[in-house]
Amino acid sequence: MENNVIVRLENISVSFDGEEVLNDFSLDIHDREFVTLLGPSGCGKTTTLRIIAGFLYPDSGRVLFDGRNISSLPPHKREVNTVFQRYALFPHLNVFDNVAFGLRVKKLPEAEVKQTVSEMIEMVGLKGFENRRVTSMSGGQQQRVAIARALVNSPRVLLLDEPLGALDLKLRKEMQTELKRIQQRTNITFIYVTHDQEEALTMSDTIVVMQGGKIQQIGSPQDIYNEPKNAFVANFIGESNILNGVMHDDYFVEFAGAKFTCVDKGFRQDQEVQVVVRPEDIKLVAPDAGMLNGIVKSTVFKGVHYEMLVEQAGYTWKVHSTASEQPGAQVGMVIGPDEIHIMVKPEDKAGD
Amino acid sequence: MIKSRFAAVPYGVWMAIFIIIPLALVCWYAFTDASGAFTIDNLADIGRYTNVFTRSIWLAAIATVICLVLAFPIAFLISRMSGAKQTFMLMLIMLPMWMNFLLRTYSWMSLLENNGLINRLFGLIGLGPFEMINTQGAVVLGMVYNYLPFMIMPLYSVMTKIDRSVIEAAQDLGASPARVLSKVIIPLSVPGISTGITMVFVPAISTFIISRMLGGGGNLLIGDLIEMQFLGNAYNPHLGSALALVLMVVVLLCMSIAGTLDNDDVEDMLL
Repeated sequence: MENNVIVRLENISVSFDGEEVLNDFSLDIHDREFVTLLGPSGCGKTTTLRIIAGFLYPDSGRVLFDGRNISSLPPHKREVNTVFQRYALFPHLNVFDNVAFGLRVKKLPEAEVKQTVSEMIEMVGLKGFENRRVTSMSGGQQQRVAIARALVNSPRVLLLDEPLGALDLKLRKEMQTELKRIQQRTNITFIYVTHDQEEALTMSDTIVVMQGGKIQQIGSPQDIYNEPKNAFVANFIGESNILNGVMHDDYFVEFAGAKFTCVDKGFRQDQEVQVVVRPEDIKLVAPDAGMLNGIVKSTVFKGVHYEMLVEQAGYTWKVHSTASEQPGAQVGMVIGPDEIHIMVKPEDKAGD
Repeated sequence: MIKSRFAAVPYGVWMAIFIIIPLALVCWYAFTDASGAFTIDNLADIGRYTNVFTRSIWLAAIATVICLVLAFPIAFLISRMSGAKQTFMLMLIMLPMWMNFLLRTYSWMSLLENNGLINRLFGLIGLGPFEMINTQGAVVLGMVYNYLPFMIMPLYSVMTKIDRSVIEAAQDLGASPARVLSKVIIPLSVPGISTGITMVFVPAISTFIISRMLGGGGNLLIGDLIEMQFLGNAYNPHLGSALALVLMVVVLLCMSIAGTLDNDDVEDMLL
């Protein structure tokens, strides 16, 4: 079932005031998937969403929905619904009428509207709030109304534009689980935009990492985290140590003045590469018992773990560990073959 | 509490001198005759001027509706423009108001006259002359021209508060442009619509300069009638006060009728 593409963006380019936001952007989104567009602000992720919704027409390129070209279709004729960043609820309507808006526009019989809307309000946990004014509700409640208002129309695709951005941490975590649950229950394709990598890792089936209007990497959360394709992805998803290295042979790499076994292959002999090591993957041991020796520069307590900066041969390593070392202490570091991720150097791409 | 009460004293004095006392005087004049004795003759006399009242209400209502229909799209377009353009457009709309009211109305006179500019232009292409000055149409035109900014401004100020994303949400939920207008933009503009109606209808119904200059002698309005009782040959402040009192009641009635309009009525008016 790999070819069940529901939304296809083909060679989309958009610029605002001469500044290119998306440049020859292509992306396939599969039916019933939870896809997250992840990237820093200004990377073009919201623009991509607005193009799918129809609020923005690309300068060039095509938008296909279920194989049909919808590039010039206005938003009200598209089979997608949007959950907006700041909810965009209708302030003159109560909760029920907000949720019923889409069904009434379609001129459904009022009895059917009433039943469907009531079910949807119950599903998002707002039963009993039907006659409340939306302006008197908390952010979390408004968010639920916004989700119900979009979902009640049973869209093929639901677009979510940083819907949890305005909520506090605890509520955000709750809503993440809730959204995932709703997505699995309704079997609707979710296209989710966020700059929060943790949110993306928690909910998505597929993550699309974007920067500068281009896709940096597409993959499952595990792929993206464990096998970042380049330094940008490695840095943006989680914390990492990124060093230059040389791939001497398959499964054999040199960096930080030492030689390591790794699990990567297929590079040219002695190809210059970048090496990513996650801070939590470095084990601290007694001096000279490890592969590298360093001096602890600082130790900060982060709750679950300590974050230490270890200086070794001119590079400052970030190390996470549940045990702390005093600043100034000599330590050894051990990095297992599985923990070393090799990436092609950016300027080396052409010769790859 | 005591502090705030002291702070309110100047306003209390102001209101007493400039609002309460004049109102009381109007009432007193309306219910007395020249010798100061109580009478309701003044009010009874007003029956003779029913046609003037009807004409005033009718013309002011037409002018208000035309202002609303003209101002709504203008205000909406301005509210969607970028900041600098908004300021510029608002300035253009306010600009005529910096010019003297009389001057503006005089210039309409010379435009509309039988041998005025407009008729001369028509003459060049072999049309006319049309009878434009001294008609009810000219009076309505004068009202619309002078009071349009009072409709645009309150509409504009509520419309700038309508977030673009709310309009997009309606489109996203399947609403065509016409439905976005009737289900979202108009309902959210209602406070501006009712303020605008008040701000146009009230001065329009009590105007006397516009009707005198553009309507000739034949289109007397309440305002003219009242003015004549105080400054004209008909000098009769008692009748004038009674007229003013009735006008006030009429305005209050009209406004409360307009206040009971709900969204659907306003929609019907605009669509």
